Amino acid sequence: MLTTLAAARSMRASRPGLSTTRVGAVISRNVGALRSGPAYWIVLVSGFFEPLLYLLSIGVGVGALVGDLTVYGRTMPYAAFVAPAMLAVSAMTGALAETTFNVFFKLKYVKTYEAVLATPVRPVEIAFGELTWATVRGSFYTAIFLGVMVALGLAPVGGALAAFPATILVSLAFGAVGLTISTLMRGWQDFDLLTTGQFAMFLFSGTFSPVQDYPAWAEILIQITPLYHAVELVRRLSLGVYGPGLLGHAAYLLVMLAAGLWFAARRMERLLCP
Amino acid sequence: MIFARGLVKRFGDFTAVNGIDVEVAPGEAFGFLGPNGAGKSSTMRMISCVSAPTSGELRILGMDPVRDGTRIRARLGVCPQLDNLDPDLTVRENLTTYARYFGLSRVEGRRRADELLDFVQLSDRAGSMVEPLSGGMKRRLTIARSMINEPDIVLLDEPTTGLDPQARHLLWERLFRLKQRGTTLVLTTHYMDEAEQLCDRLVVMDGGKIVAEGSPRSLIETYSTAEVVELRFPDGLDLNADYAAKMSGIGERVDPLPDRVLLYADDGDAALTEVHQRGLTPSSVLIRRSTLEDVFLHLTGRTLVD
Repeated sequence: MLTTLAAARSMRASRPGLSTTRVGAVISRNVGALRSGPAYWIVLVSGFFEPLLYLLSIGVGVGALVGDLTVYGRTMPYAAFVAPAMLAVSAMTGALAETTFNVFFKLKYVKTYEAVLATPVRPVEIAFGELTWATVRGSFYTAIFLGVMVALGLAPVGGALAAFPATILVSLAFGAVGLTISTLMRGWQDFDLLTTGQFAMFLFSGTFSPVQDYPAWAEILIQITPLYHAVELVRRLSLGVYGPGLLGHAAYLLVMLAAGLWFAARRMERLLCP
Repeated sequence: MIFARGLVKRFGDFTAVNGIDVEVAPGEAFGFLGPNGAGKSSTMRMISCVSAPTSGELRILGMDPVRDGTRIRARLGVCPQLDNLDPDLTVRENLTTYARYFGLSRVEGRRRADELLDFVQLSDRAGSMVEPLSGGMKRRLTIARSMINEPDIVLLDEPTTGLDPQARHLLWERLFRLKQRGTTLVLTTHYMDEAEQLCDRLVVMDGGKIVAEGSPRSLIETYSTAEVVELRFPDGLDLNADYAAKMSGIGERVDPLPDRVLLYADDGDAALTEVHQRGLTPSSVLIRRSTLEDVFLHLTGRTLVD
């Protein structure tokens, strides 16, 4: 039994190196889906609007009632506080939507990956390809969102340029964890859990009010969850509030990325190459 | 091309493949026959290097599937039992995308895609999505896809299951052409006519083991008689076993079924004459040549396996 597992594991994992051509082929499959018809475009475009609508309704609308806010020792309009959080959220949802809904569908229902694995492509190359694509999608959202922020005067151009690479890291981190989640999902009912978790993070991760306003225990709980670190990193960079804390947030996301990818590649291999 | 000795595949406590020896020569069309659950698909998955053997030796194109899986798969074409075409892509994009997985350039991918679409008679559907295609069209597209890398071996897992006769015959004809080009074909099937049509040599699997091996003709000669007499009696149902007992000694073997009695004999007419001489009066009689199906049922039994 042990030797069986060892043999199965070594089946693909032991092969040296990653072929960029094959990772590229996994990505180009998604480009092919865009070329093939309007269905995927609709999914892509609709994913962009949610954070934008929140920014306009709560940031700008509710912001008019709230007035100015003082954080990091600076006073700013409420919308300027909310906007970078929505930016981080769009990086998260863009990548997660791709690596959960789409990857799960391909993994479990249409068996796309089974077909892919009959070719020289390996599970770890599928993981890298899908993550890269998810990050492209997330970054496509954040690039437009940053444009909107600059246009509305909610971020300086320099801040937007500094925040953009951070949103890429956010997409990578959430995308990688999403891949792992997809390999653990039993069926669509599990997506309700995921959506609930995502929504809770969306509401409380320092998105609409500073976490310092919560009781101490809640603040600690929030600081354990990932979106908090994404929001902090992106907000500080877009506002130009630099400090050693940035490294901590970045490190958190890097660990997410590494652990998510490692686990996803292993799980995919176990699921697809029994 | 393929060499297996004592090949075993276990999933936990369940043994799917229980020590099989197989050898496939270049250009051969080789078949795995067997009822559901016989271990055909598990064997195919090991040969296509997506499932590691539990024990035993397996060499494909002279290489070890565990160490050289990527290199072997580059030279295999795989047509799975269930179509796993990409529903988000057009017919043509299904092929060009697949070409990319093999590291082919876009230009080369497009050239081969158009050539293959022509080969499987789907050129006029190139721009269509996969979903509206009929079962036979999807199957043809899957086979075209398995040929995009110009493989040395094409593996086909139940290639015509669920297709109508027209679609099956078109597919057989295309596979025959592929064989004529020198491609080695390895297929599983539980259609005996398919095995007789396509296979130079085949093995019959049952319960994870190989129970017989040879060409379709030699298997019939070894495990069956030249002819089979099918006899029906008006009051059959309950009495077929008694009728069969009365026929014992005629031909080589008598097999009472619920609805008829099968009499295996090299000379069907002579056997029938003898049946009449014993005073038996069947209501209908059919004398036919023995088929692979007779061999198959003889070897793997008539009980439903799942």
